[in-house]
Amino acid sequence: MKLLFRQSRETEAQIDEYLDLLIHGGLLFRQGVKCYLDHRLEEFEERLRELRATEKRADDLRRTIESKLYLHTLIPDARGDVLGLLESADEVLNMITATLLRFSVENPELLEDLNPLFQDIADNAIATVEAMVGGTRAYFRDLAAVRDHISRAQGYREETNRVAETYTRTVFRRDLRLSHKNQLRYFVTHTEKVAEDAEDVCDRLAISTIKRYI
Amino acid sequence: MIWFFLLSGIFLGWSLGANDAANIFGTAVGTRMVRFRLAALIASIGVVAGAVIGGAGTTDTLGSLGAVDALAGSFTVALTAAICVAWMNKAGLPVSTSQAVVGAIIGWNLFTGAKTDLRVLGNIITAWVASPIIAAVVAILLYHLARRLLRRFPTHLLELDAITRAALIVVGLFGAYSLGANNIGNVMGVFVPAAPFADRALPGFTFTGVQQLFLLGGLAIALGIWTGSYRVMTTVGNQLFRLTPILALIVVLAHSIALFLFASTGLRNLLLGAGLPAIPLVPVSSSQAIIGAILGVALVKGGGAGVRLGVLGRVALGWLATPLAAGLLSFVALFFVQNVFDLRVTQRSATPAPLATVQSQAGDSSPTSPLRLSDSDE
Repeated sequence: MKLLFRQSRETEAQIDEYLDLLIHGGLLFRQGVKCYLDHRLEEFEERLRELRATEKRADDLRRTIESKLYLHTLIPDARGDVLGLLESADEVLNMITATLLRFSVENPELLEDLNPLFQDIADNAIATVEAMVGGTRAYFRDLAAVRDHISRAQGYREETNRVAETYTRTVFRRDLRLSHKNQLRYFVTHTEKVAEDAEDVCDRLAISTIKRYI
Repeated sequence: MIWFFLLSGIFLGWSLGANDAANIFGTAVGTRMVRFRLAALIASIGVVAGAVIGGAGTTDTLGSLGAVDALAGSFTVALTAAICVAWMNKAGLPVSTSQAVVGAIIGWNLFTGAKTDLRVLGNIITAWVASPIIAAVVAILLYHLARRLLRRFPTHLLELDAITRAALIVVGLFGAYSLGANNIGNVMGVFVPAAPFADRALPGFTFTGVQQLFLLGGLAIALGIWTGSYRVMTTVGNQLFRLTPILALIVVLAHSIALFLFASTGLRNLLLGAGLPAIPLVPVSSSQAIIGAILGVALVKGGGAGVRLGVLGRVALGWLATPLAAGLLSFVALFFVQNVFDLRVTQRSATPAPLATVQSQAGDSSPTSPLRLSDSDE
């Protein structure tokens, strides 16, 4: 019995650490985008390296948690939901990393006057991720609070879409090369996708929460 | 020869262990919250302890209904109950060992001319109907309590999982104790009046013949748990309503409380001491108590949606069909044992007499005789 409680506490700590890594990944993305927009490319690359390491660490940790849940047959009734949540949250972190990596690979030529808008898109997308992480934490600890986090996530995702639309409309009304317009739209869409993926996790979270109520 | 006669009781015990342990640990093992070996160990300890420590109350009640006073009679009564349980199980009908044993005892009463105490029979039938209802009410109360507690003290999912596992083991032990205390009368009760074992003086205490019988019955139940319950636990669980581990905990606790109420001499004395009406000590059906508890939870959780109502009808049918079938079978079997194998199924006077009628007066013990083919059969 002592072993069981120890296993549970260990796994609990690992899930918390995993969620911390998601928050950390979001912060690195936000800082990375800011560095890019401010043309501090060395700092940007540093953030990207750190983000990739964070993503790898999160991947390893997720696999460890999954193995533990199966190996020690922990939470048999909620295991499928928890694994699904962790995996879909991992996809959000993958999307964050892939988006920042695109900046490094393609080095897009962003429009200086629209940079505050772009930063706003990134900030809202990451705020969606943070609300998603808050909801996931609440799923484990305090079911009653999950709904609030999900509502916040939905609000941030809507704001992300709204600002992204403004940005894209502005870009396409300017006298730029079509290829340039398309590239800028591509980066906006990618950043928006972070928020949408986070919202998908929240949808899954809402169902899993209902199932947890006795 | 004693051991041969006891075989039918051992078989009945084995059958009870194989089927009823699943009521206690079925969901826990089926959902892999508790490993089978641990569940079987806990259930065995609980059942044997319950049988030896708390089995006297329900056995006395069965004895009041019909004191089967010859080993061949006890053997036949237990065997026909066991055959009836096995047959109805195979036919897919919900069957209770308690109901089969009571039916078989009444069959013995009818055959030997002993009177059936209708007051005791009334208490028994009331307990059969009341036990699933009590289990349902307790389950509803426990459900509300658990929900409040979980809302008031939010606990990490993994911590809750560990607590639930620990609680399933503790409640399982209590459930097994209650099962042993309540149902040992079914397994060995019919052998008590025949008193096959003598008291043994051991250092510090006397191990009575009845306790030795109950220990044997408890061990038979434990054997049934180890050798026959795994399949039942892993396949039969969740047939009536899908249970999560927390709901399983509530259901098992409600079931155990219901069984304990009808088995605890201490509680009975406590109630009598306080001037309250006592709960009759009656062997009730573990399966029907668990069905009652599950229905209680299903009602409060989803307004009863998802519950197979047909199961309820079959339970009610079981109340009627099991004792009738067991009584009839017992009567016929006793006839064969006495007249074909020439074994005494009762110590009562062998004066020929017509088939005894059921007496309504409690304690009326006017001598009547066992049913024989004719005087020349003597």
